[in-house]
Amino acid sequence: MAECSVSFTVNGRIQSVTVPPMKRLLDVLREDLNLTGTKEGCGEGECGACAVLLNDELVNSCLVPVRDASGARICTIEGVPAAGQLHRLQQAFIEAGAAQCGICTPGMIMAGLQLLSRCPHPTLEEIREGLSGNLCRCTGYMRIFEAIQNVAQSSE
Amino acid sequence: MRSFVPDYELVVAARLNDALDMLAEGWRPIAGGTDLMVLFNAGKLPYRKLVSIRRVKELSSIEESETEISIGAAVTYTHIRQHPVLRQEFPLLCSAASWTGSIANQNRGTLGGNIINASPAADSSPVLLVYDAELELISLRGTRRIPYCDFHLGYKKMQIRDDELLRSIHLPRKTENRRSYIRKVGPRQAQAISKVCFAATARLRGSAIDEVRIAAGSVAPVPLRCHATESVLRGQSISPDLIETAANAIAAEVQPITDIRSTRDYRRAVTANLLKQFLQTLA
Repeated sequence: MAECSVSFTVNGRIQSVTVPPMKRLLDVLREDLNLTGTKEGCGEGECGACAVLLNDELVNSCLVPVRDASGARICTIEGVPAAGQLHRLQQAFIEAGAAQCGICTPGMIMAGLQLLSRCPHPTLEEIREGLSGNLCRCTGYMRIFEAIQNVAQSSE
Repeated sequence: MRSFVPDYELVVAARLNDALDMLAEGWRPIAGGTDLMVLFNAGKLPYRKLVSIRRVKELSSIEESETEISIGAAVTYTHIRQHPVLRQEFPLLCSAASWTGSIANQNRGTLGGNIINASPAADSSPVLLVYDAELELISLRGTRRIPYCDFHLGYKKMQIRDDELLRSIHLPRKTENRRSYIRKVGPRQAQAISKVCFAATARLRGSAIDEVRIAAGSVAPVPLRCHATESVLRGQSISPDLIETAANAIAAEVQPITDIRSTRDYRRAVTANLLKQFLQTLA
């Protein structure tokens, strides 16, 4: 099939791409828009490395056909810092040592942002559930949970 | 091997009739994509022409009437989990929704998609069976309603024609005074596909079981309503003997297989144990 034109807002900027309609949002972000902060892990919606916010909802971008995102508001890890400053959740990850190899980190941050927007003061159980779709093979998760708890506590 | 992306067509339907027109012309529906995109990424999606039904308004709302709650087929698990009436009257559905996939998958995955994907391991299926759900199918030829318990004919075989779309899932509002129970057994609560998923409801009259519904997933080629076990229990009072008899009945009624996730014997034993646990909550 012919390619189709898809427009959406990515990190506050309107973007248009001409691509096959079933191209994964993940690949459009990385290949067409050069936003390589969003990672590919499993490619089947299990690991959360490709998580982005689509109209403020956490999604695995490997499972979203790009045409289905037309008109949407997308936020990737590149859109998380504001005015050149790291987001306080990113800062908390650094301070807690919540990143090691870093592949899962963008997805963890996106999942953490979704959690904190729905539930600003999550319990440990709620943090575990909020991040249950994001796999990390380095940290053992505890420092990631700690980073999120620290952000929740600092906003009390 | 990955699919060759330019081979595939995708159109986003804005209205229900547009989607039905396309289905009549041989297009196939896609909703949240949490199953179909996995197949697509693995090069195993058998359809080339897809129509997205995610934006069809009629499919994305939860309607309440005096007698039933109607869930549009494209309603997401997140929407189900947050819906106050479902939480109040159909808590088993909200529980099943909460452990279907991760938050990201619940934001995209739909109840209708879960039904049409027809995995015998789907966590919502036993719940829909014990709540006596009915499915409404729609095509250009009209609509029809069928009980969910008659929908699955065999492994991934369903009572739905190619030009039909699952429009909504109807749940009768008659859950008052019913005790309910649900438990999933799997390697972890989130993401993991169940080894066994078990749901049941019962209503007692005095100490006797007046009404009972039992269903399990991952124990047969289709989500299984356990009628034989129910008939052992109906009208009886809970006793250690009855619990033992019912456990034997359900172990005989389920037909699990051994696969990568579990074994036949383990699934059979777990199903019997979950039934016992449910019956003990009634005592």
